Amino acid sequence: MPLLAIAALAAGTYAFRLAGPLFRHRLRISGRVQHLLSVAAAVLLTALVATAALTQGHGFAGWARPAGVLVGGALAIRRVPFPLVVVAAAATTALLRLAGVP
Amino acid sequence: MRSFWRTIGRDTLRDIALVCLADAIVGASFGAVTVSGGLHLWVPVAMSVLIFAGGAQFAAAGVVLAGGGPAAAVVAGLVLNARLLPYGFAVADVVGGKWWTRLPGAHLITDESVAFTLRQHGWERRRASFWACGLALFLCWNAAVVAGALAGAVMHNTAAFGLDAVFPAVLLALVLPALADRSTRNAALLGAVVAVAASPFLPAGLPVLLALAGLVLAGRPALTMPGTGPAPEVR
Repeated sequence: MPLLAIAALAAGTYAFRLAGPLFRHRLRISGRVQHLLSVAAAVLLTALVATAALTQGHGFAGWARPAGVLVGGALAIRRVPFPLVVVAAAATTALLRLAGVP
Repeated sequence: MRSFWRTIGRDTLRDIALVCLADAIVGASFGAVTVSGGLHLWVPVAMSVLIFAGGAQFAAAGVVLAGGGPAAAVVAGLVLNARLLPYGFAVADVVGGKWWTRLPGAHLITDESVAFTLRQHGWERRRASFWACGLALFLCWNAAVVAGALAGAVMHNTAAFGLDAVFPAVLLALVLPALADRSTRNAALLGAVVAVAASPFLPAGLPVLLALAGLVLAGRPALTMPGTGPAPEVR
């Protein structure tokens, strides 16, 4: 992660944040744009979950990692506190690997 | 100062503390995963101070750790943070009228600080909640990332601890509430299939951006937009 990339992402993020406080009297965001922005974020997050859980490089990541992610997701649906979700996901993956699952 | 705390109320202060605790755990795992994954110690720390948006930080670092290019990492982070644009309009009145409160205040706009602000009634309470939540989160988040990064530097075999499952699990917990909406869910599933199918053939980072093709199923916004903000979840 080069410094330039961090700076670019930081600057863009700050611009998104500052636009509202700066231009609230001159601009309005349409409901259509707002809807597309929130769906785009969900689409991107889901794709990140899928690729990060299932793939390693150009191949399959093995079963232990997606199993841990699934356990975390199942707990999150049940509104289990967030720290537990994180620990359960890592512990599932770690235990499966200890048992010899790749 | 005492009237400031009284304006917020004890219940809200307790809720803010709980959200800070949850975010601290996410921040610590961000520091640990990135540093043990091979990034330099200053990288997660600089990202957390300057970007201060957990989802985008995880996303950008995830692309880079998977071998993707920095440009794909920046685009992925920016698409995620585009949601901050409507947030900024939603809380503009409490961020401040003078430029010396607006400039630092804008940096404190997060899912959590917006959620707490929109939950309150009355300008005084809204403003107090925004600044209390925003400042507390900024301190907790960055302290936790530093602690996690230091821990990650001494941890070696992170695969044995299952830490590679933390990043997708955090993102899954973040996105689940949004998937309750059917057209959002369809778009997200199509995007995920496209991304995974493209993974063996494309350089890392690109498949995730290709997932935005799923937006063709985005549908139209509901006619009555509920006036509620995002749930007070972790970023």
